[in-house]
Amino acid sequence: MQVSRRDFLRISVAAGTGTALSGLIGSGVNLGPAVARAQELRIKGAKTTPSICPYCSVGCATLVHTVDGKIVNIEGDPRSPHNEGTLCPKGAAIFQLHVNPNRPTQVLHRAPGATEWEVWDLERAMDRIAELVKKTRDETFIEKLPNGKLVNMTPAIFSLGGATLEIEFNHIHQKLMRGLGIVAIENQARI
Amino acid sequence: MADSDCIVIMGSNMAENHPVAFRWPMQAKVEHGAKIIHVDPRFTRTSAVADIYAPVRAGSDIAFLGGVINYVINSERWNKDPFFKTWVVNYTNAATIITEDFKDTEDLDGVFSGLMEYKGGLPEWPFNAFVGEYKPDSWQYARTKVGATGEMAASTARAGETRVTTGPAASKAAAAQGERKTPPGPPYDKLVAALLKPPVERDETLQNPRTVFQIVKRHYSRYTPEMVERATGCPKETFLKVAETILANSGADKTTSFAYAVAWTQHTYGVQMIGACALLQLLLGNVGRPGAGVMALRGHASIQGSTDIPTLYHSIQGYMSAPSALKKHDTLDDFIAAETLPTGWWANLPKYMVSYLKSMYGDAATKENQFGYDWHPKILGDHSHLAMFAAMNAGKVKGMLCIGQNPATSLNARLERAAMRKLEWLVVKDNWIHETANFWKTAPEIKSGEVKPQDIKTEVFFLPATQVAEVDGTFTNTQRLLQFHHKAAEPPGDCRSDPWFTYQLGKRLKKLYANSTLPRDEGFKNLVWDYEHESEHERKIGEPSALKILKEINGFYTDDPNRHVAGFAELKDDGSTTCASWIYSGVYPAPDKNLAARRTPDPPGQPGAHLNWGWAWPSNRRIMYNRASADPQGRPWSEKKKWVWWDEEKKRWVGYDVPDYPATKPPTDKAKPGATGMDALPGTAPFIMRPDGVGWLYVPAGLVDGPLPTHYEPVESPVKNPLYKQQTSPVLKYWKDPSNPIAQLGDQKYPYIITTYRLTEHYLAGAMSRWNPWLTELQPELFIEMSPELAQEKGIKNLDWVRVTTPRAQIRAKALVTRRMRPFVIDGKTFHHVGMPWHWGWEGISTGDVVNELTSLVGDPNVSIHEGKAFICNVEKA
Repeated sequence: MQVSRRDFLRISVAAGTGTALSGLIGSGVNLGPAVARAQELRIKGAKTTPSICPYCSVGCATLVHTVDGKIVNIEGDPRSPHNEGTLCPKGAAIFQLHVNPNRPTQVLHRAPGATEWEVWDLERAMDRIAELVKKTRDETFIEKLPNGKLVNMTPAIFSLGGATLEIEFNHIHQKLMRGLGIVAIENQARI
Repeated sequence: MADSDCIVIMGSNMAENHPVAFRWPMQAKVEHGAKIIHVDPRFTRTSAVADIYAPVRAGSDIAFLGGVINYVINSERWNKDPFFKTWVVNYTNAATIITEDFKDTEDLDGVFSGLMEYKGGLPEWPFNAFVGEYKPDSWQYARTKVGATGEMAASTARAGETRVTTGPAASKAAAAQGERKTPPGPPYDKLVAALLKPPVERDETLQNPRTVFQIVKRHYSRYTPEMVERATGCPKETFLKVAETILANSGADKTTSFAYAVAWTQHTYGVQMIGACALLQLLLGNVGRPGAGVMALRGHASIQGSTDIPTLYHSIQGYMSAPSALKKHDTLDDFIAAETLPTGWWANLPKYMVSYLKSMYGDAATKENQFGYDWHPKILGDHSHLAMFAAMNAGKVKGMLCIGQNPATSLNARLERAAMRKLEWLVVKDNWIHETANFWKTAPEIKSGEVKPQDIKTEVFFLPATQVAEVDGTFTNTQRLLQFHHKAAEPPGDCRSDPWFTYQLGKRLKKLYANSTLPRDEGFKNLVWDYEHESEHERKIGEPSALKILKEINGFYTDDPNRHVAGFAELKDDGSTTCASWIYSGVYPAPDKNLAARRTPDPPGQPGAHLNWGWAWPSNRRIMYNRASADPQGRPWSEKKKWVWWDEEKKRWVGYDVPDYPATKPPTDKAKPGATGMDALPGTAPFIMRPDGVGWLYVPAGLVDGPLPTHYEPVESPVKNPLYKQQTSPVLKYWKDPSNPIAQLGDQKYPYIITTYRLTEHYLAGAMSRWNPWLTELQPELFIEMSPELAQEKGIKNLDWVRVTTPRAQIRAKALVTRRMRPFVIDGKTFHHVGMPWHWGWEGISTGDVVNELTSLVGDPNVSIHEGKAFICNVEKA
């Protein structure tokens, strides 16, 4: 679902009091047209895609502006009943999560005992990871406990992480783990 | 919270850590004069705008809340205003009578009846770490004592973590269960009916000394304002002002809400802290109503989602317990018999469990093979974060997948890193090369030469991840609201989404196991694994379809996969429906209706719950248990606090929200004798997930550390428990290890109380903020906050380097000498208190020591969370 710029402007003007400048509107100064014009200039020619802040759990809605597929701006969605267009310092810095010279974009591998990383091909890394998961699972799998209970599990593989990630990841990840018999699945919600 | 008349923020610094949400308490204050109360060891920006700031030392919250409970129960208003009596008698278990065998902490000087030595657990998994355990039989309702299932169902994930016991109590219970003849399913109706127990015994005058109400009253009778001052350090007058304000802002036309964060959870009695708040809110009628409630301010974008769709060991989808080797879970019938509560909403568990198994194993899950139940793994005990690192340190864990988390800076961080050095392999998938990715290369012990990388035999992978705007997906926020976000741009280089990794790993493993004929691999071979993307472009990259995953979560009809289920009411126990997570059922009710993607707010000025913005579980209900917003007859308690009510003409529940109640069950409905499910509850019972339909002031089952919140000291505390001889929780978890020493009471080497916290400009262990130039410029450096009094005593000036020491580690930080911290007078003695943010590590463009090196592996017995919010340390000028 993409919101066209025209639709977005219509919605945000209709929302009216939902903008960050609503205080001024309440004071009798009608900034509606000026705000709309400023919005238009800033995101001229940009495509607007609705998104959500990835930091805390408040769930502030954002709008991502792209030009030719490149992210040029991320800001609060004025329609949101939660944040009404506002964002905190972290939310206001989401842009730098995406566009940041410090961002790693290559797959790295460190061999046992090595002192440096080596750049690896993604496919090669995935094949090797699958091989290791299978090896460890096969070596440590417990079908039955000595007391006769059927458990079909391995306690030797640990999966950690998920609270900062989408439910779609959490779903298929816990499914794959449990499907393999891996029970030690944890995320930040524990601690 | 914008509808609240009073907002108590305790265990949270909402203004700084949830600043955008904090607009709503502020709106309540500015627009209708709501009172904001902040109870916290530190004077923060939340305190600065509060009407009352009440300082308490870290870890003393139950003493404070117990004091409020005692104040309320003995107040004139609470005893005279009919609202409270009506509410408490009808909507809580206040009138329920408890077994004669129950002994309170008042009788046994700080422990409940049933305490014994911990002998549980399996020899294969010695990492449960309990220091003691309770046999909870004596805590039960009279007449419905722990039956074969009582104890089992009691200890399910519904209250937190699995109870890991194989002691005599459990084997006796298991034996009793073996004797019970439960008819097999499906259908499971007869099995569920066989679990029925006699209804509870009640005294609605609340005079019987064994009623919950009288037990609660006695339990907190010594939590007087004087005792609160002695235990917490909060001046008596300030405490009384808080208690008066909360009571004055509760009732038929007023509501008070509480907001908390991890300063209520990271304790060895964190579950009980929240329980104390729930108890108070139930006494005051502040649940299920607008402006009421106990609000968990959670810390991550989808931490609620990852609890609901659990990447957590103890629970499978929708708060069902993970099948366990420690319980009578041998067959699917056993599991259902052990886990189903026959009365109330949970009687539907068989439908949810069977639909879940169908989502796992698809067509291979049949009635004949118990829907594949035997393929599903069983847990052996505690496999939580702390237990797993203890096991890893003992060499029991070989491989780790670390996706969006940074344990190298986590609890007793040196121990966690030492444990990781014993792994054969580690996969890190993240947006940043953080401390965990580089634990073998740049950790402090490597830089100091203590450990050589050549000696670390771990094979390590780093896979770069997408950022939020580069992938489709759903976050569930702290309000249980699902919000879909859309891909706006392509990720750079080899960056791939997290679902991509799991999907591609699964596909490779499917190939590797394709030719296996071993029975142990049968389940995996049958695991349904098809999420091919609708778009050709995404298919080429190998990205799975978020919508196909969401559809599996929502559920569909097995004979017609294009027909989505519209909600959990449609789920069946015979295999005709598949649904991974019953609580999320309804988010995607038709192929063209992804309700999580909705972005239509209510028009301004209209009372409502923005029901067309995203989708909240369950069934888009925005306030849970909202039947309680109406009186027993179904009328709003007051015009001002109207939310959901019974419409006599339409013969249904109506209002501003989706009723959290069967839509046509009238308030006049009587409980049907011998019935299961909702028919067993009267039309006045709002708490439909409880087997007795009422809120629990006293928790007869489900917690392993007692039915009532009781003040204990943190594991490390310089203060002797002023209330009981028992110093700490008698059943807490402690992972014994030479690298995990604990300071004992009275240890003069560590005289100061320390607490940890977050800052507005940083995020968690810092990976998502310490690489960000804008944020690091705003908040560049680690510090330790201390009072001018302590600084003077130690000869420390503002900005001096300070050494902070605990029995586990020593770190350095800059001193921030500030009036925000104050000394506390406890029992006539002065105790200094310091505080540190924990966001730093050695990677990134802003670096600093790892504060979590100071913490220890001790945990809450219910949920295995650590005690990061209250421990002790020493500080010296460096």
